[in-house]
Amino acid sequence: MSIDYNKYETVIGLEIHVQLNTLSKTYCSDSTKYGAAPNTHISPVSLGHPGTLPVANSKVIEYAVRLGIALNCTIRERNEYARKNYFYADLPKGYQITQDKTPICDGGFVNVTDKNGDPKKIELTRIHMEEDAGKSIHDIDPFDSLIDLNRAGVPLLEIVSEPVLRSGEEAYSFISEVRKLVRYLDICDGNMEEGSMRCDANISVRLKGDTELRNRVEVKNMNSMRNVQKAIELESKRQIGVYENGGEVDQETRNYNAAKNETSILRSKEDAHDYRYFPEPDLSPILIQQDYIKKIKSTLPALPEELFSKYTKEFGLSDYDARNLTETKAIALYYDEISNHTKEYKMAANIVMGPLKSHLNDKAIEIGEFNLSASRISEMIQLIKDGKIANSKANKELFPLMVKSPDVTVQKLAEENHLIQESDSDALLEFVQQAIAKFPDKAEAYKNGKKNLLGLFMGEVMKLSRGKADPKVTNQMIREELEK
Amino acid sequence: MKNFTSLSEIRESIHSGSTSCQSLVDYYLERIDKHKDLNIYIEVFTDEAISRAKKVDEKLQAGTAGRLAGMVIALKDNICFEGHKVSASSKILEGFESLYSATVVERLLKEDAIIIGRVNCDEFAMGSANETSTYGPVKNPCDPKTVAGGSSGGSAAAVAADLCQVALGSDTGGSIRQPAAFCGVIGMKPTYARVSRFGLIAYASSFDQIGPLAKSIEDAALVTEIIAGVDPNDSTSSSVPVTPYSEAKIPSGKKKIAYLKEYIESPGLNPEIKENFLKLISDLKAQGHIVEEQKFPYLDVIVPSYYVLTTAEASSNLARFDGAHYGYRSPNAHDIESTYKLSRTEGFGEEVKRRIMLGTFVLSSGYYDAYYTKAQRVRRLIQDRTEEVLKNYDFILMPTTPSTAFEIGVKNEDPTVVYLEDIYTVHANLAGIPAISLPLWKSSENMPIGVQLMAASFKEEELFSFSKLLMNSKN
Repeated sequence: MSIDYNKYETVIGLEIHVQLNTLSKTYCSDSTKYGAAPNTHISPVSLGHPGTLPVANSKVIEYAVRLGIALNCTIRERNEYARKNYFYADLPKGYQITQDKTPICDGGFVNVTDKNGDPKKIELTRIHMEEDAGKSIHDIDPFDSLIDLNRAGVPLLEIVSEPVLRSGEEAYSFISEVRKLVRYLDICDGNMEEGSMRCDANISVRLKGDTELRNRVEVKNMNSMRNVQKAIELESKRQIGVYENGGEVDQETRNYNAAKNETSILRSKEDAHDYRYFPEPDLSPILIQQDYIKKIKSTLPALPEELFSKYTKEFGLSDYDARNLTETKAIALYYDEISNHTKEYKMAANIVMGPLKSHLNDKAIEIGEFNLSASRISEMIQLIKDGKIANSKANKELFPLMVKSPDVTVQKLAEENHLIQESDSDALLEFVQQAIAKFPDKAEAYKNGKKNLLGLFMGEVMKLSRGKADPKVTNQMIREELEK
Repeated sequence: MKNFTSLSEIRESIHSGSTSCQSLVDYYLERIDKHKDLNIYIEVFTDEAISRAKKVDEKLQAGTAGRLAGMVIALKDNICFEGHKVSASSKILEGFESLYSATVVERLLKEDAIIIGRVNCDEFAMGSANETSTYGPVKNPCDPKTVAGGSSGGSAAAVAADLCQVALGSDTGGSIRQPAAFCGVIGMKPTYARVSRFGLIAYASSFDQIGPLAKSIEDAALVTEIIAGVDPNDSTSSSVPVTPYSEAKIPSGKKKIAYLKEYIESPGLNPEIKENFLKLISDLKAQGHIVEEQKFPYLDVIVPSYYVLTTAEASSNLARFDGAHYGYRSPNAHDIESTYKLSRTEGFGEEVKRRIMLGTFVLSSGYYDAYYTKAQRVRRLIQDRTEEVLKNYDFILMPTTPSTAFEIGVKNEDPTVVYLEDIYTVHANLAGIPAISLPLWKSSENMPIGVQLMAASFKEEELFSFSKLLMNSKN
């Protein structure tokens, strides 16, 4: 029996954990630096030693407010912390300090494109602040599990979406928008493989047209955007299969195995934790004033959506170009900087997306490591615009020279390397006359109608000018001279 | 050597050359050894106290000594002291040594106090008789057949037996005041948030406060003044300025004092205590103070709501003692699950387990609103009503305990009977206000009886000031 998957729609809500790149932990001054030797970024507080107390890191609140503003959320004035109680080997206190009834951000939305390429607004439920747990390591010692508490207490923001996503593709697009944004805001490096962004998906399916939600399954442990998409597609098919075979989907938690591309049960509903949330008595509630929010707002960098609309509306770029340029913050900022020096927006975009990006790819470097200033690009644009160098020549020959000698003006580089097109008409005229003088019989033949001889003279002028002659101008001049 | 009542007496004596920190420490060490049977000290920091005494003597000579030079202090075994063992009198912290010092310890040391050792208490400060300690009960120096009270039983007994000048205790529901009353010393619980909790092993975080047990108001006020004040390591600590409590004078004017009708009419109140209390009221009236009865209709719910809230917090606070990270780990554990289960089963005593279970229960989904939320509401009612009374009155006066110290072993059968010991003391913790127990009377059996004075939040200075008046009336 074949299953008609199209009868169903998938309903997905995502929980994204964003690990903040603050210098110190959420509730103490331990470093948060990734990759240190195990159990070196610890203190009595992060070890959960008796008598220790948490002290809230104000940067975490600032970052949460930044993200909240960028995601159009309502920022809560009175923020309480709560304890989420459960036993886990890498949770030294036996509870996690998080937020329960009073998340710092309520509502908000993210704009994505759905699978038809149409814009779709993904509403958020909330964003709250919490701390990370340590890491249990099971594959180093053959007998014991090892615990590394460097990560214990590293700050996280949890972004919870409404169950409004409808496909793995949409989920992919949502996560990639969120990742782009946290990178723009410079609050997280967005690296899913290293675990600085983690995602859990709540998935259910229902017949198209139904409004009631069916039992949902939480899928965990998807450590890339592609895996999230794959896990959702897999789980959705699994659930449809269960229903189509007359079964019921249980509310449970499943683990995704990327290597096998399958999910397996982690916890059934009966084993679900009762976290016994209650207000954290060791931290006073944090009050966030409107003035504070205004101040944060004023320091926010330009965000991708704003830049997109600036590039399409003000600069007249295509949606494709604008999206491409705003994909990563550093590229967008670089382009933005060029646009401060030139009005040739399209040409600038072409250079950034063309020779510049391929240079970065070739060298496998980020734009942060690229040492050519944006104003040099605008100098290059000026040369092209003035007709002193042809576009293709500029990209292919001049650009690599600029990268090699970023301190030299582009004009000088072009001159020294004989890349300036000869558009000085006196000099050019001399070359043209020399060329005609060299082949008097051919000149005669041209005059008699052998127009295809023009190429011969062009070649000669180019030879004489060592390639610098502007072909357009030269062409014109040769005709004029021959037809005199 | 005489039993000094206050640090100022000691300082005079040192100044006149008749004693020194070194001889004081020798004196206490000898007495501690002599009174071992009272089971007060868990550990004596002998060598350290001797060498520190020597240094403080030098500083005194040089005129560079701090304000607590000459004061020998004992710490309740739930206050952390860097490089020293701390166990909260529990097997689960067997062998555990603190990596840091509590803020109060830092502040005492900065003023040249000498810390002589750590003293017994109820396990994780849970108990009203010091009978839940893994080290066994503390005996009351006034009558070793009776309990010293709890949970700071060792602290109260140490001061009463003159095994130190002052002891620090902690008070979650009366744990300083009740043993102070049982042992005949002064016990002070400051306003919640007045003293940093950093380094105090938590029982119930929104109730716990550290405070002194002392022989004189003067000492209690001085130590409170020094340990109080905002602490960056405790974000719940208050930034309200600390006034010079140690300079509190007997008030010259007349005060308005309330006593709570239901408290005095409680059938559990020992008639002898009631009699003394009523006599005090008439004496105060005779002195021209206004003493009036006020209604407080929450007596029946005060102890239950206290136990719901404190056990809820305790169930979470004590989750960290899991055998995985530090302290006791069961030798029979073979995986993470059995490490938790066996270590906690073997490491915690009965009373602590009872409270963890109770607290876990009241926070469980399905029961949360019926217990935890309701108890929070009751706490709010108690706070509001207390505030209302203290708007019209300077103080609230009540007995510290419904009875005098009872015999060891008699009350540990039914925990709810012991819980009722706290009936007068939990009020101040639920309301967050400061309260002091003063050893004003003796029973016909010559056992101490305490009276309790409470004031509005951060009125420590007023509290000490009126306490001086009450203590003077005793003499």
